[in-house]
Amino acid sequence: MSQDYRLDNIGMVNRNKKISFTFNGKKYFGYEGDTIASALIANGVHLVGRSFKYHRPRGFFGVGVDEPYAILQLERNNERDPNIRATEQEIFEGLEVKSVNCWPSVNFDIGAINNFLKMFFPAGFYYKTFMWPPSFWYKIYEPFIRMAAGFGEASIKHDKERYEHKYEYCDLLITGSGPSGLASAYAAAKNGARVILAEDKPRYGGSLLTSDVNIGNQTGAEWSEKIITELKSMSNVIVKNRSQVFGYYDHNMLVMSERISDHLPKTQKYLPKQRLWYIRAKEVLISSGSIERPLVFGNNDTPGVMLSSAAKEYIKVYGVLVGKKPLIFTNNDSGYETAIEFKKNGVNPLILDTRKEPSSDIITEAKNLGIEIKYSYVVVAAKGYKKVKSADIAKISDNKKDLSNIENIECDCICVSGFWTPSIHLASQSGNKSEFNEKIDAFIPKKSKQKENTIGSANGKFTLEETINEAFNKGYEVSNKITENNNKVSIPTVVEKKSTEHDKFWCVPLPKGKSYKRFLDFQNDVAVTDIELALREGFRSIEHVKRYTTLGMATDQGKTSNLNGLQLVSDIENKVVPQVGHTTFRPPYTPVSIGAIVGREVGKHSKPTRKSPMHQWHEKNNAVFVDAGVWLRPRYYKQGNETLFEASKREAKNVRKNVGVCDVTTLGKIDVKGPDAAEFLNRVYTNAWLKLPVGKARYGVMLREDGIVMDDGTTTRISENHYHMTTTTAQAANVLSHLEYYLQLVWPELNVNVVSTTEQWAGAAIAGPNSRALLMKLFPNTDVSNEALPFMGYKEADLFGIPAKIYRISFSGELAYEVNVESDYGNFMWEKIIEVGKEFQIQPYGTEALSTLRIEMGHVAGSELDGRTIPYDASLEGLVSKKKDFIGKRSLSRSAFTKPDREKIVGVVPLDKTTSIPEGSYIVKDPKAKLPNPKLGHVSASCWSVEYDNPFSLAIIKDGKNMIGQKLFAMSPLKNKTIPVEIVSSHYVDPEGKRVRA
Amino acid sequence: MLYIFCPHCGSRSQNEFAYGGDATVKRPELNKEISDQDWDNFVYLRKSPRGKHLELWHHISGCRQWIKVERDTSTHEIFKTYKADELTE
Ligand SMILES: [Zn+2]
Repeated sequence: MSQDYRLDNIGMVNRNKKISFTFNGKKYFGYEGDTIASALIANGVHLVGRSFKYHRPRGFFGVGVDEPYAILQLERNNERDPNIRATEQEIFEGLEVKSVNCWPSVNFDIGAINNFLKMFFPAGFYYKTFMWPPSFWYKIYEPFIRMAAGFGEASIKHDKERYEHKYEYCDLLITGSGPSGLASAYAAAKNGARVILAEDKPRYGGSLLTSDVNIGNQTGAEWSEKIITELKSMSNVIVKNRSQVFGYYDHNMLVMSERISDHLPKTQKYLPKQRLWYIRAKEVLISSGSIERPLVFGNNDTPGVMLSSAAKEYIKVYGVLVGKKPLIFTNNDSGYETAIEFKKNGVNPLILDTRKEPSSDIITEAKNLGIEIKYSYVVVAAKGYKKVKSADIAKISDNKKDLSNIENIECDCICVSGFWTPSIHLASQSGNKSEFNEKIDAFIPKKSKQKENTIGSANGKFTLEETINEAFNKGYEVSNKITENNNKVSIPTVVEKKSTEHDKFWCVPLPKGKSYKRFLDFQNDVAVTDIELALREGFRSIEHVKRYTTLGMATDQGKTSNLNGLQLVSDIENKVVPQVGHTTFRPPYTPVSIGAIVGREVGKHSKPTRKSPMHQWHEKNNAVFVDAGVWLRPRYYKQGNETLFEASKREAKNVRKNVGVCDVTTLGKIDVKGPDAAEFLNRVYTNAWLKLPVGKARYGVMLREDGIVMDDGTTTRISENHYHMTTTTAQAANVLSHLEYYLQLVWPELNVNVVSTTEQWAGAAIAGPNSRALLMKLFPNTDVSNEALPFMGYKEADLFGIPAKIYRISFSGELAYEVNVESDYGNFMWEKIIEVGKEFQIQPYGTEALSTLRIEMGHVAGSELDGRTIPYDASLEGLVSKKKDFIGKRSLSRSAFTKPDREKIVGVVPLDKTTSIPEGSYIVKDPKAKLPNPKLGHVSASCWSVEYDNPFSLAIIKDGKNMIGQKLFAMSPLKNKTIPVEIVSSHYVDPEGKRVRA
Repeated sequence: MLYIFCPHCGSRSQNEFAYGGDATVKRPELNKEISDQDWDNFVYLRKSPRGKHLELWHHISGCRQWIKVERDTSTHEIFKTYKADELTE
């Protein structure tokens, strides 16, 4: 298909590079530098989608971020991207896009029947319709809404593209490279400030690319080219195109999304697809420009109706005509500029001006060019279904209430201009309360909240001269506060055509007997009648009207609809717009991909992975790993075709029978040093610490102030003022913060220092009846007899020339030792233990066997100390000192904690001795009781007891001590299981604790 | 994201810090009789003021010092920061 609407001698696309792409399966050509929108319009394609609610045909309305209609689905490099604005996405060779919101096709859309049923789709439709009966939700309402709604389909595949995050600091961030952005960036950069200039489009220059102006002795476009080239060459300036600053957050942090590869067929090596910039700026200049306002008339959503500024940009930037019989409908001079561009390119437009007798330089130029103009004229309604074919136009009375001389004229597009709305979104996000400016009928920023200033047309300055002067001065002023260089550049002279005042009229009345839909919000299909209805139904606050009608709630955030909506509410309510107020602007200003937000923190990169020094040995020996917090720990060591269950049973059995070794490097370790260390531990732990001798370890439990167990572990007195504390793997970081809190804020008088030593030591737990025999061979020069190194003893020793520390502590309940060496020797230690341990039938064991061993011993761990248990619940009351005070002690006497039937830890064995009890099961008296079945407690941990060769679980149940011996039921509704069980002591194996002392 | 001035390290982004709650709460002294009500107030009862609030932040990814930050809870403006043992105004 040829590009019938492409002009030969105008535009900035690269005519030497033809690019082919497909839209809804059909092949088209465009040029490098085209957007999907400009390329399709060049091919005469205007129907690109269906509207959200009524499924009315949709074309193009704008030329950039403001586009409410042309939202497409894109296929790139075998990935799917929804929510793509055709006016922003550049074409590349092989690009595939398709329409959304239409089924089975854009030309024939079943949902368009909604258009004929629109009496059923009034404001608040969703609230009113999908209510009753509730059973309809699941089967009828929800599938219907899902089918009919949405802007495309997200890919369900893993996104293989790379997204990056970047942190940047600067003196001055400038958002937008139009005349005000360029001028202020130049002034600030020349004054030595570190500047970031962000432009959301591929081309810099903003309105300078399309307006007929001169700066200095150059055209606007030439001047912008010169300035941007110079800025790029300066080392204190970062210039970024395709980069949208979409959020203004606290303390002058702004976030920008840079589309690095979206315009390329494939992401290049070493480059991300998109990059999210977190920018902390000392000062911000918001130069985001303004967006043209639509005029409201019948069927103003028909494809071919678009903003006049967009039509001008399609001509001047892309060399594309949006129509060959254009109708320009305007209430200000901007429409004339578009008409002049049409005329200059050989097309005869007709201007309908709502004003009676305006005069200005621009209007004179249009007249001189021979353009036909009708004053006090309006478009009543667009005609044509899938594309504008004609328009009903009429003369409007001076009071703008009555229409006369209605006639139909042929046209193929209607370019509308209802004056300009400053883009104040970023200023508003920063907390700037805007004010309504009567002169321009729009809100502009008021008092700076953070370190931000708004300049140019975003600040309501609509002449270039004002804009350039303001921008040069502001750029100098804010930069000089920071640099104090006093280097002021001279401001160039500006030549532009003078314009005259706009007309406040914006909504064409309906002719008698007609009920044309007049749309305010084009993306959400909100019409004048919807707002009227909402007000009739009693909605007053603009925030409520917004939510009830969905005005301004679509992905375009009401960029084109907001003000007209406010105007309408204020007209009906007989208020002025500032009384109505506007709704809150929230980030993001434009849609941001989830990928960019997530960045590289996906999969394995979502958190750091910590490995012990013995990790490679584990890998070589078929360890299957498990995530333990941020650590990777061996879960079991697979032999042959073993399952997890078989392997962990073998490993645990070997500990009970011979000896096993387990990597315990991940345990948290904290050095506690200082003359007051003993006193500090005495306050932190529930038990007594003042009399612990040097060379001895003690098990301790620490509480939070609310009495709940925070962590447990052993702490060893290495020397007079030096303690080695261990914590659980999961709580290591919290415990350190907890200790620092008390030392720095509560008891600063205590002379104690704490520091994490977790990564300084590699640890191996050697457990089992053969462990002493093994130790004797590992440390031939050290006396490790029961007398010399008793239970809870500590010794420093020499491991084949390496200094080692031996702690006689046990988690498995067997005779056991923990050997620590400096991390760099970890692997050496491990290999020696395995090598020397061979004759004692040593086997490494993983976390699964570790769990089995501690569960059948009744040792508590994280699944019991789950943030709800007090020491009593975990049978740890023996560790709670009655004599001294400690953190959380006072809470233990609160009435809820002293109730006799508090839940307490017990053991649970299935009566059939074969059925494993799922963790999380409820313990109940009667499995057939009426729901909700009163539960006595829950199963916290389950294992296969290797001692007795049957399942065993720990549970925390009400009045646990007195339940021992009772026959109850474990119920798991999730697994649909009911298991008759007997309650036993939690100390299932070796209740007297003889083995650890052997 | 807040920009917090650590009196030990200088201005750093919020993601280096952990929030620590109301800095004006004083832990009751050890070994002192205290009523249930007073103890409950200490453990659980916190004001949630709109406006100025003196609060604790822990510079966990920096110097590991607890600091006091005077912040407006509605605007996030930070007026002043103090070291743990510094007297506040
Ligand atoms: Zn610090």
